[in-house]
Amino acid sequence: MTEPSLKEPDSSEKSVIQIDDLSLTFETNDGPVHALSHIDLSIAEGEFVSLIGPSGCGKTTLLRVIADLERATGGTISVNGVSPEEARLHRAYGYVFQAAALYPWRTIDRNIALPLEIMGLSKKEQNSRIAKNLDLVNLTGFEKKFPWQLSGGMQQRASIARALAVEPHLLLMDEPFGALDEIVRDHLNEQLLKLWAKTNKTVVFVTHSIPEAVFLSSKIVVMSPRPGRVHDVIDCGLPRDRTLDVRETPQFLEIAHRVREGLKAGHSYDD
Amino acid sequence: MTTDAMASPSSTVRPGLLSRALSGTFLPVLVVVLGIIAIWYIAAISMNSTFQRSLDARAEATPTTIEFIESTLNQERPVLPSPHQVAENLWDTVFNKKISSKRSLVYHAGVTLAPTLLGFLMGTALGILLATIIVHVLSMEKSLMPWIITSQTIPILAIAPMVILVLDAVGIRGLLPKALISMYLSFFPITVGMVKGLRSPDKMHLDLLRTYNASSWQTFWKLRWPSSLPYLFTSMKVAIAISLIGAIIAELPTGAVAGLGARLLSGSYYGQTVLIWSALLMAAFCAAMLVALVGVADKWVRRRMGEKVEAGS
Repeated sequence: MTEPSLKEPDSSEKSVIQIDDLSLTFETNDGPVHALSHIDLSIAEGEFVSLIGPSGCGKTTLLRVIADLERATGGTISVNGVSPEEARLHRAYGYVFQAAALYPWRTIDRNIALPLEIMGLSKKEQNSRIAKNLDLVNLTGFEKKFPWQLSGGMQQRASIARALAVEPHLLLMDEPFGALDEIVRDHLNEQLLKLWAKTNKTVVFVTHSIPEAVFLSSKIVVMSPRPGRVHDVIDCGLPRDRTLDVRETPQFLEIAHRVREGLKAGHSYDD
Repeated sequence: MTTDAMASPSSTVRPGLLSRALSGTFLPVLVVVLGIIAIWYIAAISMNSTFQRSLDARAEATPTTIEFIESTLNQERPVLPSPHQVAENLWDTVFNKKISSKRSLVYHAGVTLAPTLLGFLMGTALGILLATIIVHVLSMEKSLMPWIITSQTIPILAIAPMVILVLDAVGIRGLLPKALISMYLSFFPITVGMVKGLRSPDKMHLDLLRTYNASSWQTFWKLRWPSSLPYLFTSMKVAIAISLIGAIIAELPTGAVAGLGARLLSGSYYGQTVLIWSALLMAAFCAAMLVALVGVADKWVRRRMGEKVEAGS
C-alpha cells in the first residue's frame, strides 16, 4: 500500500465529501424519526471540519453515514468521488470512536496491527507502520503494554495511531476526547492540530465543545435538532500553526460567539 | 486474601507454614469439612441403630451406650456407613491395590474418565460448532435452538440404554457409546454459553471491523472468538462435570463390569454400602479435579490475554 503523497499543503478546492439534500429517517415504533433532514455540505481536501450541535442533532449520525455505518434514506453523498460503501470497501478513511475501543486482549502494538492484519500487509510493513504511528502520537515505548495499563488519554492516542496506520487521507473522529478531562483534552487538541498540519489529512470531527471546535477547525458546521439539519457553516481563518494561546484573541472569541449564537438559535427550547 | 508474603514479596522472611495455612481459605474449608463429618457420624448412629438394636436383642446382649455407638459405626453392611469405614475402604482400594487390578478404585476411575474426557471434547467441539452456526445464520436460531433445548428435556436415564443397545447392535462397543452419552449432556451448556459469548463483542468493536472492511471470517477470529473465551471456560466447567455424570450413567444400563458406575451397581446388588459410598466419593473427587483442571487452563489463557492480575489471587 504505497500511496505517493501527491498533495502538498493547500492543494485544496478538490471536494473529498460532497453531500446534497441528504436525509435519514429511522422507522421506530413511535413513528418515523428524522435524524437528518436535507443536509447540504461540501468538504474540501485538507480541511478540518467540525460538526457541532446539541445531542440529538444528528452530528454523529452524519459522520456514520459518511463512514457507511448508516445508510441515508434520501439525497446523495459521495466520499472521494464514490459512494460511502465503495469508499469503505477501499478503506478510504480512518474512524476514531468516542471510546478508544482497543481490544483488551491485544497489546498496544497488536491493536495497531489489527487493521494491518486485515489488510493483509507483510509483517515487515506492519512493524514499520506501527513504529511510525506510535511515534506520531508520542507512544513509543508502550508497544507491549495492555490497554488497561494506559491512561484514558493514552488509550485514545493509541486509537488515533490505529486509525492513522491504515494511511487514509480522510480521518473521521466522533467526539474522540469527549470522555477525557479538560487538561488532557487541551493537550490532545494541540497534538491533533500538529498532526493535521504535518500529515495534511482531511478531518471531520464531531464535538459538542465550542472552544474545541473553534480551536481545531478550518470550518465549523453548526447543527440543530428535530429534525437534524445544518444551521450555519462558519469559516475560521485562524493561522494554521496556532497554539492554545489563540483562544485569548478577539478573532477566536468572535468565532466562538457566532457558534454559540448559532446553537442558541437552532435549539428549540420549547420542549 | 492478605498475607504478609503478598504485601512484601521481596522480603526474605517467610511466615511459618501454620500462619500461612490459617490465613488462607484453609481454615474455613477445614471447619466446613469437620462439620460435615460430625453430622455424618450422628446420622450414621441414628440410621444404623434400629438394625443394631435387633442384632443385640437376638444376641441377648446388653451393651453400654458407648459400646452400642461403637457397633453402629462398624457394621458390615450399614444403612449409612460411617466416615472412617468409607475412608478405610477408599485407602485400601486406592493405595493398597495394583492400579491394573479390578479391585483398585483407581482402575475403575480410569475406566470412567476415558469416556468422560472423550465425550467432553466431542461435546465442546459440537457445542462450539452449533453456536457458530447459530450466530452466523440468523434462521438457525429459530430452527435449531428449539431442538437443542428439547434434547435436554429427555431424561438421560431413559435415552442412555437405548443409545447403547442400538450402537451395540451395529457393532459399536466400548469407549464410544459411553462418550456419546457424555457428549449428549455436555454439548448443551457449551452451545448456550458460546452463543452468548460469540455475541458479546460490543457494537463499537464490530463497527471498527466494518470500517476496515473485514470479512466475517476475520471478524470471527479476531473479535468474536477471543471475546467468547471467558464464556467458553465457564461453560466448560459445567460441561466437564456433567460429562462425568454421563459416563457413569452410561455404565449402568449395560451391566458394565468396570468403571465407577459399575462399582455403584455392584455395590447396590450386594448391599455393599461402603463400596457405594467410596465410589461416590471417588466420583466427586474426579469431578472436582476435572473442574479445577479447566480452571487452571482458564487462568492460563486469561493471563496470556493480558487480563489484569488481581492482587492476592
